[in-house]
Amino acid sequence: MKAFLMHREEDFDLQRPSPPQAAALVQDLELQVLFEAMARGDDFLLKVAQQAILSSLEDLDAIRYRQEILQDCLRNPAVVRAIYQIPIEAMLNRRTGWMGIFGSYPGGILSGAVQMVQMFMDLLKRLKQIADEHADQFQSAGFTRFFAMLREELSDDYFTEVQAHLEQLRFKNGVLISINLGKGNESAGYVLRKPHNSDQNWLERLMAPKPQTFTFRIHPRDDHGARAVSEIRNRGINLAANALAQSSDHIESFMTMLRIELAFYIGCLNLAEQLTELGAPITFPTPAPTGGRRHAFRGLYDACLALTLRGNIVGNDATADHKDLVIITGANQGGKSTFLRSIGLAQLLMACGMFVPAESFHANLCRGLFSHFRREEDVTMESGKLEEELSRMSDIVDWVRPDSMVLFNESFAATNEREGSEIAWQVVWALLERRVKVFFVTHLHQFARVFYDRNLDSAFFLRAERRADGSRTFRLNPGKPLPTSYGADLYAQLFETRPELGACVSKP
Amino acid sequence: MRDLSAVQYRQEVAQALENAALLASINAFADRMRTMRRYLGLVEKLHYKYHIAGWFLEAAETYCEAVACLAADLTRSPLPSAGLRAFRDYVTAYVSCETFTALQAEIKQLKADLAAVAYCVILKEDVVKVRQYAGEIDYSLDVEKTFAKFKQGAVKDYKVKLSQRSGMNHIEAHILNLVAKLYPEIFSTLDDFYTRRIDFLDATIDAFDREIQFYVAYLEYIAPLRGAGLSFCYPHTSQQSKEVDVAEGFDLALAAKCAAENLAVVTNDYCLKGEERVLVISGPNQGGKTTFARTFGQAHYLAALGCSVPGRRAQLILADRIFTHFEREEDIQNLRGKLKDDLARIHAVFDQASPWAILILNEIFSSTTLQDAVFLSQKIIEKIIQEDMLCVWVTFVDEIASFSAQTVSMVSTVVPENPAVRTYKLVRKPADGLTYAMSIAEKYRLTYDQIKDRIPS
Repeated sequence: MKAFLMHREEDFDLQRPSPPQAAALVQDLELQVLFEAMARGDDFLLKVAQQAILSSLEDLDAIRYRQEILQDCLRNPAVVRAIYQIPIEAMLNRRTGWMGIFGSYPGGILSGAVQMVQMFMDLLKRLKQIADEHADQFQSAGFTRFFAMLREELSDDYFTEVQAHLEQLRFKNGVLISINLGKGNESAGYVLRKPHNSDQNWLERLMAPKPQTFTFRIHPRDDHGARAVSEIRNRGINLAANALAQSSDHIESFMTMLRIELAFYIGCLNLAEQLTELGAPITFPTPAPTGGRRHAFRGLYDACLALTLRGNIVGNDATADHKDLVIITGANQGGKSTFLRSIGLAQLLMACGMFVPAESFHANLCRGLFSHFRREEDVTMESGKLEEELSRMSDIVDWVRPDSMVLFNESFAATNEREGSEIAWQVVWALLERRVKVFFVTHLHQFARVFYDRNLDSAFFLRAERRADGSRTFRLNPGKPLPTSYGADLYAQLFETRPELGACVSKP
Repeated sequence: MRDLSAVQYRQEVAQALENAALLASINAFADRMRTMRRYLGLVEKLHYKYHIAGWFLEAAETYCEAVACLAADLTRSPLPSAGLRAFRDYVTAYVSCETFTALQAEIKQLKADLAAVAYCVILKEDVVKVRQYAGEIDYSLDVEKTFAKFKQGAVKDYKVKLSQRSGMNHIEAHILNLVAKLYPEIFSTLDDFYTRRIDFLDATIDAFDREIQFYVAYLEYIAPLRGAGLSFCYPHTSQQSKEVDVAEGFDLALAAKCAAENLAVVTNDYCLKGEERVLVISGPNQGGKTTFARTFGQAHYLAALGCSVPGRRAQLILADRIFTHFEREEDIQNLRGKLKDDLARIHAVFDQASPWAILILNEIFSSTTLQDAVFLSQKIIEKIIQEDMLCVWVTFVDEIASFSAQTVSMVSTVVPENPAVRTYKLVRKPADGLTYAMSIAEKYRLTYDQIKDRIPS
């Protein structure tokens, strides 16, 4: 029995190692904020969200499969949360009632397992009931299959069959064990047998030939004898106890699987609720194949920043279809990094089947998203810093493939402009030739200018807006790179608000 | 052994067993014989009739298997040993004789009959019922089938490890008696087998099993040392020449310890040529001197047993006696007593000495003044040379190292690269104080070159 809510024909693999660039993405895009919003304090939800968002899908159909399921969830949040409650309760009952141990004798294991299977069955009946009541409210292929599976596998007949086992395994009519002769005629090969007559009617039972049977009774004071008999019994029921205890584990693993498959959607519900509360828009993106070059969006914003600031923030619009390279220049503190993050975040969310933070979003999928952000720490060691940057770049080159996407944020600025530009140019040019899509936020004017002057059809230039009075709108518009990033504005702003510092600096 | 041909006989057997396939056959045989003895041991101790007969049948079966396999294996192997060839002829004849083949046939039939016995017990409170098995289905499988649909992957094993104790309590014995009633013919045949076949074990085969263990045990002991890259060889032993020449010898006990801990073993070459009779060993403490003394003694002792000896090649003498004098625990309270004791022990050695004896002296006379030690050592070495014995003498008395043409000086040095390894090379060179001082400096990695190496430029 499989839920198959994350993939059409596959379990969601929570143990799969994250892709090599995952740690950098989490740091550069500040994904932890997003994970925590999805988790709402639940470690398990956090883990699943992390895993799902960092393992991007590259197949349009797989993405649409999840999108439809998520749309069902957004329409029926209460039902989905009620289903999610079933495995949660199962785990809780198991932890509090059994502490994970059945005992060390087959008899104890068996009776423990009988009780536990009984507990699971009660929850499975509830699951079946939810399915019966609400299945018709769901439209996605995933949920339709899921509910059909529950109807078929958890039929009333099945619950009756299980109940019969649970009765039989209490052995009201004694334990029937077959035995062989092992070495030295010592008994071996104990196997618990299902008595014939439990399946026969009274007539068949009457007609069956009576086999030759010898009977003896253990003397009431024969303690050794009683112990010997109970040992035979234990050997006999050992395998059955194992079978039922393992069955109980199988049901538990079914519950665990159900929990994993649903946890991602619960996280999505949590996130959608919070963004809606902030008045921030969400939309289901239209993905294009990895080979295409699409990027067109309205109101695209950085959800992590919105969650951090607890407010709606300015979104950006752009149409950059058929572009391989997007270079973003312009004013300091003009929202360039935020924009770059929103591009990266939307890409990841789209690729795991989620909604994206925007009014509309259309983009091609990519084979691996990579980020190369200038790290702020370690400013004192300038030469070491360039080495560090180049070493990270080299790691990216180890993993990058055609149709990957790389986000650069002020990379290679740890040296002078001429050298930095040269490195950046060579890196980006090589990536483009290998069909890698590049977003590059930069102050390296020479670098940006080289691409601009070439008039490439495949390049697109965005500039952070600066009003005439020097204030920022945090919006980006198409525009050619300018030789200044208005650092002077920033300087002026700082020193105007802190005149005492300015006075200090201006002293000879 | 003091007989060269006896040594030769054993070396041949041992060398034949160096063949891995043959050794494996012998080991398989020995394992089965051990198992058989254990079963016969059970037969002695047990109480219940069919239980006893059951284990007796197992013993007989294992014995037949052991002998039959050994006979087949020996026929296939080339046997470069007169001893093994004679045994092969014996065992081949034995397995084809009527007594043995009839025994085999009877066992086979009985085992098959007993294996077909299947019965059921029905346990309900204090009542036990016993009847033949009637084809009821395995209930565990039925349970598994019902719940298989939930299976997502492998789960824990809940089977309790119920100890596989051998033995039978009175309830099991009672049940077995009832089973015998359910299958009366099979069990009366078993009874009869036990009575008739009580002496199935052949005396010659029994003796072979015990004697071959000497060779096997030694090969097993040295196998890991060979695995660690150490050489063993079958020595040339002589009763004419007193020349000794060994390449890459080592101390067996130390090597075993090192191999277990994955440490490298340093081997030593040593020889006595022409009129040389005495190896005088000096050098720093912990330099491998005592180890070398053991190496020399062991090689000769093992050679006289007909075993292979540590070394890539070895020319040894066939010694008739090996005397050792290793220093006992130092006792400050009893200095005079100890010196006297030393002399008494040496005296006793000379009472039994012969020209084909070997004497190993380790740090003798350490409990007296240097002057006394020099004097006594010179007296002793005179006597050794006079007796024409071979001797290894570990000593701090440099003077005897160059006593005469019969003495050879060897000095222990240290391994500079890895001071953690406590096995060191001994080299033939005059004993001199300078080398001694330098080797200590080297041990602490304080020579000019080492210090330069240790300090990064």
